[in-house]
Amino acid sequence: MIPEIGQFALILALVLVLVQGTLPLAGAARGIPAWMSLARRTAQSSFLFLALAFGCLLYSFIINDFSVLNVATNSNTHLPLHYRIAASWGSHEGSIMMWVLMLGMWSCAVSIFSRHLPEEVVARVLGVMGLVTTGLLLFMLLTSNPFERLFPVPLEGRDLNPLLQDPGMALHPPTLYMGYVGFSVAFAFAVAALLGGRLDATWARWSRPWTTLAWCFLTVGIMIGSWWAYYELGWGGWWFWDPVENASLLPWLIGTALIHSLAVTEKRGTFKIWTVLLAICAFSLSLLGTFLVRSGVLTSVHAFATDPRRGMFILVFLALVIGGSLVLFAFRAPRVGTAGTFKIVSRESSLLGNNILLTVACGTVLLGTLYPLFLDALNLGKISVGPPYFEAVFVPIMAVLVALMGIGPMARWKESSPRELRHKLRWPLLITIVCALALPLVLGRTEWKSVALLALGFGMAFWIITTLVAVVLERLHHLQGGFTDKLRRQPRSFWGMILAHLGVAVFIIGVTVVKGFEAERDVRMAPGDTVSVGGYTFKFVGIAETQEGPNYSASRGTFDLIKDDKLVRNLYPEKRIYFSHGMPMTEAAIDSGFLGDRYVSLGEEINDGKGSWSVRVYHKPFVTWIWLGCMLMTLGGIFALLDRRYRINMRKEAKLPLTGENDLSGSAR
Amino acid sequence: MTEQQVNGNGAMSARKKRFLWIGFALLLSAAVAALVTKGLSANVTYFYSPSEVAQNIAPKDRAFRIGGMVEEHSVQRAPDGLTIYFGITDSLHVVRAAYTGILPDLFAEGKGVVAQGKLDEKGVFQATRVLAKHDENYVAPEVAEAMDKAHKEAVMKTLQ
Repeated sequence: MIPEIGQFALILALVLVLVQGTLPLAGAARGIPAWMSLARRTAQSSFLFLALAFGCLLYSFIINDFSVLNVATNSNTHLPLHYRIAASWGSHEGSIMMWVLMLGMWSCAVSIFSRHLPEEVVARVLGVMGLVTTGLLLFMLLTSNPFERLFPVPLEGRDLNPLLQDPGMALHPPTLYMGYVGFSVAFAFAVAALLGGRLDATWARWSRPWTTLAWCFLTVGIMIGSWWAYYELGWGGWWFWDPVENASLLPWLIGTALIHSLAVTEKRGTFKIWTVLLAICAFSLSLLGTFLVRSGVLTSVHAFATDPRRGMFILVFLALVIGGSLVLFAFRAPRVGTAGTFKIVSRESSLLGNNILLTVACGTVLLGTLYPLFLDALNLGKISVGPPYFEAVFVPIMAVLVALMGIGPMARWKESSPRELRHKLRWPLLITIVCALALPLVLGRTEWKSVALLALGFGMAFWIITTLVAVVLERLHHLQGGFTDKLRRQPRSFWGMILAHLGVAVFIIGVTVVKGFEAERDVRMAPGDTVSVGGYTFKFVGIAETQEGPNYSASRGTFDLIKDDKLVRNLYPEKRIYFSHGMPMTEAAIDSGFLGDRYVSLGEEINDGKGSWSVRVYHKPFVTWIWLGCMLMTLGGIFALLDRRYRINMRKEAKLPLTGENDLSGSAR
Repeated sequence: MTEQQVNGNGAMSARKKRFLWIGFALLLSAAVAALVTKGLSANVTYFYSPSEVAQNIAPKDRAFRIGGMVEEHSVQRAPDGLTIYFGITDSLHVVRAAYTGILPDLFAEGKGVVAQGKLDEKGVFQATRVLAKHDENYVAPEVAEAMDKAHKEAVMKTLQ
């Protein structure tokens, strides 16, 4: 009964979003207020029905209703409650349900927080989002129905994939999807602006907080995914340039470009057409990511058994969304917006550089990801493009981008004097060069290549940090009053920029140190054996068999982690066997610290009569800085979101009639 | 002084500015094109099936990927405890493979496997990486195709 209610709620939601995607758009085109006013109500009511459907799915999982195929294949009577809940979005059907639910959530949020917007714009934005939701709901109902029944009803379910039975994996899909789907708002605003033929600074200001919020979610989502891969897969890697990882990086890169280009559009009124194009691209890449993951066209560690019909459906949907919006863009774009002027040395140019470099980086990653597909489609052989390609291409582009990152915040809008810039950048450049060259030598590296790589990484990080310090000092220099008072008077969006850029520096330090100094050893260890890595000694104490979990048994190893003849702590890596799958799972044990991780994972038992195991130990210095950097970037985004001008604008615009270039925030800088 | 410079910049003609931008763009595209072509030519790995390796189609001096099923009862451990020997088969031909290190959890006899490495002079595939999957039901498309091809060939032989 409950699954049928869920199914019915989905169908009702489909009807509602169909209305949401048609009448308000037609109303906006013809100027019929009654039709336009439908947008908000349909968006909110369709979200209610989607939430109801999701609730039904959740309920089916919680009570383990194995008559539902989705539950029977992804749950089990031994599965603990929190993973039964997480299982509701762990499967393909469930994750699409999650996608659509989040789309509904974003639409609903737009309908609530858009009181200050003209009715026409709301109708168009929600209309476009309605069309997107219609497509995905149809996809779900036709190819991946989460409520499909199973008869005869099995007594036991097949259980959730053990790799997904983990807190990180329970959180990763929802946050990542919030980010993916959040770009639909930026997309909808862009398409609405094209439809309305009105692309001015106000449009950018409306869509900016939404885009930043989506970007924050995407950043956290990718970060959790990377962290999960690090501790759960037992290989100690945090990024594998796997097609599916790339699929999440692509919209992130374009989303980052979009945030910067929206800033220029809002503050200077330029880059309008470019910004629209980026908004379309960001969402299209999110859809492409979904296609790549869900169609199984790529060999990937993320690939799950799939159904080709689904791939076809998403491909057609993708073609409609990208094709449709680009055709609209081609017809409308030349009409909207006139480009403002700026000099070659100016903040605009450096942000243009940022946009171009991020887009190019995205293009090269996309090429590397899809190249095997093209060759295969043309029957030119099966290939794979490995991490060395991505590293060789991505790192140089990022190095140039980071160089610009130092100059951009320092340059003035419209025109900057090169002489003045040189003057301001003199000290940061000097400090950067000295530190970048000295640090690898201080840390004991003498080999030419390793020094060069470390110097490049440290140089990038120090360049960002020193220029940020210079920017802050320069800002305060012009103000009166006490130091802390001066700090406090800076707008939150300024601190947002500082934090996010600092996050990039921290991230780069993490990557540089891990790449430069990590140590790994695969060894055979009998109880009593020791192995040393990175100044630490791991002593294998022994293995205790079958320490029971709720749905698995485990071989639990005990290791003493020793530094300078003193016991630091015990580590307990596990090898689990899940009852339902009979599938072994490695659970690494990590001693995590601010300056580095000590990591041990069990391989297999070696039958030599001595109780030996193959063991993998790592020393990963500064690896936590990688995730710390991502968190700082997200925090920067949140600061930008909390900037007071959004609230001031909201209140003022609610009273004021809409005026074109009423740029209140421009005075902030 | 600064005044003058500003004026000097302002006097830069629109045409000159455009040339400068175009110059930038050309330089950037050339650099990116060079990076990408070099990156791709050096780092592309081809995929071969065990039958193709047996027929000497696969390169002898270059790393490639091979995919198939881990042959039943073929997994053996060297005395050092870390090197593992196994056979990769597409049901027609078997390629001997060796790997030193810790295998992914889902590596098992009778299951699909994709390995990356080189053939040594004895024709043993020295794997540097054995790829893992997330789902025990998942078969990499390459493996599925290799098995499929071998199956068709076998059927053709019985018909002749």
